[in-house]
Amino acid sequence: MATVWVFVEETEGAPSALGLELLAKARELGEATVVYVGDGGDEPFATLGDHGASMLLHAQPGDRLPSGPLAAALADRMGDDPPDLILFGQAYTDRDVAGRLAARLGVGLLSNASDVRLTDSGVETDHEIFGGTRIATATMSGKPHIVLARPKSFQAEPSGGAVPNVEALELPDVGGAEATVTETHVEEREGPQLGDAKVVVSGGRGLGSAEAYDLIERLAKPLRAATGATRAIVDAGWVPYAKQVGQTGKTVKPAVYIAAGISGAMQHLVGMKDSTTIIAINKDPDAPIFSVADLGIVGDVHKVLPQLIEALQSR
Amino acid sequence: MKVVVCVKQIPDPATPYTLEEGTNWLVRPNEQVLDDTDRYGVEMGLQISQATEGTVTLVCMGPTGNAQGIRQALAMGADKAVIIDDPELRGSDALITARALAAAIQKEGFDLVISGTESTDGYSGVIPQMLSELLSTPALTYATQVDTDGASVTIHRQTLAGYDVVTSRLPAVVSVTAGVVEPRYPTFKGIMDAKKKPVESLTLGDLGVEPSKAQKVASITDAPERSAGRKVVDEGEAFREIIALLEQRKVI
Repeated sequence: MATVWVFVEETEGAPSALGLELLAKARELGEATVVYVGDGGDEPFATLGDHGASMLLHAQPGDRLPSGPLAAALADRMGDDPPDLILFGQAYTDRDVAGRLAARLGVGLLSNASDVRLTDSGVETDHEIFGGTRIATATMSGKPHIVLARPKSFQAEPSGGAVPNVEALELPDVGGAEATVTETHVEEREGPQLGDAKVVVSGGRGLGSAEAYDLIERLAKPLRAATGATRAIVDAGWVPYAKQVGQTGKTVKPAVYIAAGISGAMQHLVGMKDSTTIIAINKDPDAPIFSVADLGIVGDVHKVLPQLIEALQSR
Repeated sequence: MKVVVCVKQIPDPATPYTLEEGTNWLVRPNEQVLDDTDRYGVEMGLQISQATEGTVTLVCMGPTGNAQGIRQALAMGADKAVIIDDPELRGSDALITARALAAAIQKEGFDLVISGTESTDGYSGVIPQMLSELLSTPALTYATQVDTDGASVTIHRQTLAGYDVVTSRLPAVVSVTAGVVEPRYPTFKGIMDAKKKPVESLTLGDLGVEPSKAQKVASITDAPERSAGRKVVDEGEAFREIIALLEQRKVI
């Protein structure tokens, strides 16, 4: 049976949603050992067992930036007997640890995967390219295979497993590669979050100005929707990066996605095209967003959105 | 302070990208542009080097072409550029890319390496981290703010919940997000000066890095297509169509 290590970060005392998605895939591919980063405890460990972890390597970086020490510890721990696959998510700390680990081991990695398969000759991964219109299938030889999968590629699923054995992973001193986390700031988060909202309302360049993003927020309220944005308006400084939907931002799959003033650049499409229903409003009848929209309104967002907001508010 | 900024020339994102038959590698035209997100790293590097009377060297990998993208970054004010251009590097994976960049950076010498968080054309998103491992430095990643006193560097590292303040000694690798600083536009003088600035060209042999073809793009297939639905031209009443669909989908 193949051995798979899967990277799971702790968020607010529990295994992250992304981590549990990865674990579901790892379990399907072979025997899953979870590399768990966080405080840990009976409850998160039981959750990981329930989701199919057969063993836990538990690391507590504390105020040390995890990447350097963790990459060193994982390389030491596997020694001459590496697992077949190490599965990470396409997320901040995952990328940090995976990148360092691959360079340390001298093996390649495949990132942004939407699926991963183990084959006789190595590993095979699917990657959505050109805005998700095409799938590139990549192969890699060498061992261990390191793969980073995009969030929401797999479905987390409890399997009813027992609490696994927990082995503490000692983090060595890495000298010049050490960095320290001196403060942690949690920003006020209001309303539904992009990752789990049923409805997402996003705005793009077509809004015309930073002030007009107010229309997106006003539309989101009666719909109890999360608000998103394109990379173009994030780079322009209209809204914070946390709102970015797309290749280099968040992947969302809500029941309804409303794209207002968004042309549909490939970078954006890949992050939202798997929404169940897509509604697009754009002035340009040839905008690529219309090719994925279930309902496309060719019109001015400054006319359609206020009407829509008023109609929803009066219900 | 000696600052190295990693930059990349990419096919203009406003043009359709195509893949080479057989290898499935991205076709790179002679005319490429500076990856827009690299302008933030260049600006950050310039501000730090100006405050510390240092230098900014650009390090870039890929076909030189007409070097228009590199000239863009030089025109912003960088002092010189090093381009690793070798046909053996075509189709390289992230590891070989990082090894080539790290070797060139080491050759150049550095106190601080700055890069974007991922390129717009390849977006593997792990090059700064790989560089840090190869250079035995910390990787302070996803910075939305960068400060340095010449001996240490402190950043705001973006997290899902907000940000962390992270600090380390120099030398270090820092990856910056778009928006970390407002990039300057090249002045006319900057553009003229850029034409005279040194651009060094290196091959894998110069750097002692072995090419590798451990990864392959085996096939390209069409994704299951999402078909377009109805398109309605707004004549003042189209919002009612949206309401009807929202009701149908039971979200209102």
